[in-house]
Amino acid sequence: MTDSKYFTTTKKGEIFELKAELNSDKKEKKKEAVKKVIASMTVGKDVSALFPDVVNCMQTDNLELKKLVYLYLMNYAKSQPDMAIMAVNTFVKDCEDPNPLIRALAVRTMGCIRVDKITEYLCEPLRKCLKDEDPYVRKTAAVCVAKLHDINAQLVEDQGFLDTLKDLISDSNPMVVANAVAALSEIAESHPSSNLLDLNPQSINKLLTALNECTEWGQIFILDCLANYTPKDDREAQSICERVTPRLSHANSAVVLSAVKVLMKFMEMLSKDLDYYGTLLKKLAPPLVTLLSAEPELQYVALRNINLIVQKRPEILKHEMKVFFVKYNDPIYVKLEKLDIMIRLASQANIAQVLAELKEYATEVDVDFVRKAVRAIGRCAIKVEQSAERCVSTLLDLIQTKVNYVVQEAIVVIKDIFRKYPNKYESVIATLCENLDSLDEPEARAAMIWIVGEYAERIDNADELLESFLEGFHDESTQVQLQLLTAIVKLFLKKPTETQELVQQVLSLATQDSDNPDLRDRGYIYWRLLSTDPVAAKEVVLAEKPLISEETDLIEPTLLDELICYIGTLASVYHKPPSAFVEGGRGVVHKSLPPRTASSESTESPETAPAGAPSSEQPDVIPTQGDLLGDLLNLDLGPPVSGPPLATSSVQMGAVDLLGGGLDSLIGGPNFVAPPAAAVPANLGASMGSGLSDLFDLTSGVGTLSGSYVAPKAVWLPAMKAKGLEISGTFTRQVGSISMDLQLTNKALQVMTDFAIQFNRNSFGLAPAAPLQVHAPLSPNQTVEISLPLNTVGSVMKMEPLNNLQVAVKNNIDVFYFSTLYPLHILFVEDGKMDRQMFLATWKDIPNENEAQFQIRDCPLNAEAVSSRLQSSNIFTVAKRNVEGQDMLYQSLKLTNGIWVLAELRIQPSNPSFTLSLKCRAPEVSQHVYQAYETILKN
Amino acid sequence: MNPFWKVFLSSLEFIFMQRNSQEKAADVENVPPVISTPHHYLISIHRDRLFFVSVIQTEVPPLFVIEFLHRVADTFQDYFGECSEAAIKDNVVIVYELLEEMLDNGFPLATESNILKELIKPPTILRSVVNSITGSSNVGDTLPTGQLSNIPWRRAGVKYTNNEAYFDVVEEIDAIIDKSGSTVFAEIQGVIDACIKLSGMPDLSLSFMNPRLLDDVSFHPCIRFKRWESERVLSFIPPDGNFRLISYRVSSQNLVAIPVYVKHSISFKENSSCGRFDITIGPKQNMGKTIEGITVTVHMPKVVLNMNLTPTQGSYTFDPVTKVLTWDVGKITPQKLPSLKGLVNLQSGAPKPEENPSLNIQFKIQQLAISGLKVNRLDMYGEKYKPFKGVKYVTKAGKFQVRT
Repeated sequence: MTDSKYFTTTKKGEIFELKAELNSDKKEKKKEAVKKVIASMTVGKDVSALFPDVVNCMQTDNLELKKLVYLYLMNYAKSQPDMAIMAVNTFVKDCEDPNPLIRALAVRTMGCIRVDKITEYLCEPLRKCLKDEDPYVRKTAAVCVAKLHDINAQLVEDQGFLDTLKDLISDSNPMVVANAVAALSEIAESHPSSNLLDLNPQSINKLLTALNECTEWGQIFILDCLANYTPKDDREAQSICERVTPRLSHANSAVVLSAVKVLMKFMEMLSKDLDYYGTLLKKLAPPLVTLLSAEPELQYVALRNINLIVQKRPEILKHEMKVFFVKYNDPIYVKLEKLDIMIRLASQANIAQVLAELKEYATEVDVDFVRKAVRAIGRCAIKVEQSAERCVSTLLDLIQTKVNYVVQEAIVVIKDIFRKYPNKYESVIATLCENLDSLDEPEARAAMIWIVGEYAERIDNADELLESFLEGFHDESTQVQLQLLTAIVKLFLKKPTETQELVQQVLSLATQDSDNPDLRDRGYIYWRLLSTDPVAAKEVVLAEKPLISEETDLIEPTLLDELICYIGTLASVYHKPPSAFVEGGRGVVHKSLPPRTASSESTESPETAPAGAPSSEQPDVIPTQGDLLGDLLNLDLGPPVSGPPLATSSVQMGAVDLLGGGLDSLIGGPNFVAPPAAAVPANLGASMGSGLSDLFDLTSGVGTLSGSYVAPKAVWLPAMKAKGLEISGTFTRQVGSISMDLQLTNKALQVMTDFAIQFNRNSFGLAPAAPLQVHAPLSPNQTVEISLPLNTVGSVMKMEPLNNLQVAVKNNIDVFYFSTLYPLHILFVEDGKMDRQMFLATWKDIPNENEAQFQIRDCPLNAEAVSSRLQSSNIFTVAKRNVEGQDMLYQSLKLTNGIWVLAELRIQPSNPSFTLSLKCRAPEVSQHVYQAYETILKN
Repeated sequence: MNPFWKVFLSSLEFIFMQRNSQEKAADVENVPPVISTPHHYLISIHRDRLFFVSVIQTEVPPLFVIEFLHRVADTFQDYFGECSEAAIKDNVVIVYELLEEMLDNGFPLATESNILKELIKPPTILRSVVNSITGSSNVGDTLPTGQLSNIPWRRAGVKYTNNEAYFDVVEEIDAIIDKSGSTVFAEIQGVIDACIKLSGMPDLSLSFMNPRLLDDVSFHPCIRFKRWESERVLSFIPPDGNFRLISYRVSSQNLVAIPVYVKHSISFKENSSCGRFDITIGPKQNMGKTIEGITVTVHMPKVVLNMNLTPTQGSYTFDPVTKVLTWDVGKITPQKLPSLKGLVNLQSGAPKPEENPSLNIQFKIQQLAISGLKVNRLDMYGEKYKPFKGVKYVTKAGKFQVRT
């Protein structure tokens, strides 16, 4: 007789029958009936109608029956809250039962019933259970606090359960400690600000003691909690590490990985000269390798984490390359991860082995895997210079196999190798050209076209080859079209005589017959370049390209450091910080590695990296090709502009517009000889920058020329979001010129160069008046201050809010976008004083519905001071009257775009609050003018 | 994490549903273990043609969940003898009770099989008969003794008439051998499984002749780590019954002996619908023991229609649907090496297969731990009686692949 019989009944009167059975006198029959009910519940049948009958069975001394009824209650109490109350009494009674198993069961079940009325009754029993003499009950009660907190956080705080829970951390039983930690961690997760887990050396000591004695799951909770602690110096860090290392030999892989997390984090604080540091590195390798012999699911998670660890500390696993060799029956997700790690570990010492393996993989069955293996060979060539030659010959061997997708992948990676080692391997071009016809994937075609264009002078029939591609121009993907355009222009510049026809053909195809704005724009640019100044064109198009280096897909150091803190969690599997994917408003605390501190006695070696900086041998992060804007003309095999990976705000949209929009005017203009102004924004700034004719047009004779109020610099772009570039800044207006004062800080590990800035169209046409000039490359940890002059002759687009400014900053790494709000007073011009008559007339003329009134509170200044202070920010007092003891100031100001704003400011001597009435034909600026008043007066 | 576990409890059927939908997918094994859906993350394991899925909403350690799911599957296996859909359906009430005991609101409670068995008795025919007569249940009503002690893995008051302690040292060789017969990668995954039936609270210590071999080990929680660190002796109070004492890895740096070699020649002719297949197996470093239970499995390329082979020993099968060739060889006798040769029929007109199949080899060597690990002695303290002791060694092929 098995339980499957409970699933079989589907008769109509089933509920009825069950009801009868539930009310039966016979215990055995009752139990059978409850089992049937549970089985029905499992398959999704609604058996809530039996609620009262099932609850009646609750008062029993049969534990199995009791458990089943509890199970039923948990499931249905929420839908039948009123009836669930009937069960409360039994619960309360059970909480007093002499059998600890029943006490614990009752308190546990009550916590699972999410009905407000029941939770009220839960408090008293819970309080008792938290102090129960039996540790089993205590540990169950600890978890119950977390459950209750999830239902009603306020109640838990009011009842003081949190303090009781904190006391349980010092409990004598390790299991109770572990559960208390788990419960507190869960509560703290929803309250990131609260100081629930206030760890100090004493409590850490208790946790470490409990760690040795509690169950494996408890160990995970305790280790995860330890990882959040920041030891005060390296000694403490070392002593914690010493006590955590035995966990690396645990059979439970989750315990191992949590221990690895603690060690990786605290290791950051240890000096590298310490013997212990070396010992620890050695101890970390075996457990990580052991994780790979577990089930494939565990392997996958372990591999994702190892991927992070290898990037952070490659020395740990550098001798363990072989364990990442792929077995043919590994699941594909494991294979791909292993491959990734193999490339990261590839070095001169092991490259021969790695290449032999990769070549083996390239003949496997799975297409995705084969492709990745071929790509990996290319990456090895780029990473390990000494191996480049061998890699190229391996790739050539693979091309000889003529397997379509292998050939295509090989060509894509060979193109990268050409870029890394120019003028070295061009002899293989002939072989590549043989395979021209078999290429059918855009990426491979584009790569091949790039190669033909780049080395046009060495390929005799380059024009024929490119011409053959041109025939089906319209059927190609954008990527190929763009590449073809560039390649033919390159060809033309190299062999102008015989290819004139070809270049004209492609330019007309690109500019006249194409709907794609990118293609059209690029076509026009080339066309104009070629028609105006072929020498310049040559310099631009055939410019030397920056070398691509190292690896293209390392995780950016700040993110990597954060992810190291999340080893073993979902974040480490997705390689994204939790804030990027965890749903719901639950505050996510950004974690960071502890800074390296040395206790005062220890001799810190001079080469120890500065606080928090990752080890110096970390490879540089270089951007993927698609992001290299400067390279735009030469190469864009990737998407033209890829958005920043972590963009969070809506800036992205606008920013894309920003880059494309500037060229819009080009399309309309039929005359391509003289460049329209908007075409080259950088030049535009220089020519128009002096357009501030009103520079010294200061009518009023007040001697405050000091310029308007300047807000302190605020961080506009945190380093986290910009691959290590931090930008802070503010806006100033001084004697008629607006400028943006920027402070650029390099928090990455590599030198930053090639800075440039652009603004999106904005409400007042703010635009840079000169290119962003950063004279020297910005080395790591260096900061420069730049004042960027602005003008207001850029294109106008109304923004929301009005003073929103979207900015794109480019450097050699990537393009970054941010948006900021500028204070409106930088737009108040110096000739903003209206004469009295005019003022009066205008005031009357503007309809009353355009008037807006604001309160400026707590301003201690008197009318004189107010007037002079406002004047220095170009708000001019036209007239002043005293009405019934109040000072009335009538003021005017003018914005750069000619909008006048009239103001009436009422100041009562006894009252620090002023009343500001604003009248303006464009009422939407009033709010911002008011904010400008506030800022000026209060600072 | 709690929302998930609740779903988990009430959604055993979801597991079945998941299983069904996944089985239609081409290759069940290739379902990644962590899948994100718009609102939840699904973490799954695949065991015995069943998927165990957990749904989570917030950040949790996935390994924690995966480990737990494996533990659940192990427990089902332990209770019902098999972990199958039928077994779960047949014992749905016990499944519920077990999950209830194993998990509380996302916090694992009791996962040790000893404790669970005290709380919920495994179903046996005898017990169900007794229960139906006496009306008693299979749920224990006393608190398990081990639950809170410092040795949660052992219950108190164990009594046996025959006191026995057996250890199985099982070593598996994972290796990749390349075309030319040289070893690309080899390591030994070893475990020591114990079956301990001793009364009372015995305190055991197990020592090895050559403990230095064990540099990478994972221990059962019962082992005192300090003793191992200082004296290289395994000292522990054992759980009752069967359990895995340690698992260890002997990595490729130490020389891993490869007990068999394979001579192979698999070739496909260009533009013809046939190919030749010829493999021979011979003993290599087998330390004078017999290699037995040899099976060779080969995933042939898709274009292979059929195979016409002659084994000198054993029997072979070829499944034309999955293209898997299995050759059951049996024992190797060095005088006459087993071989399998013949013709391969290919789909006519199809291009010659690019990839060469890998050979997967299984074998077994009794009375030998290939790493050379040897148990020195087992001592018992704390109890007076004399236990019967035994150690068995066996070496097997793990993931043993030969590339061709």
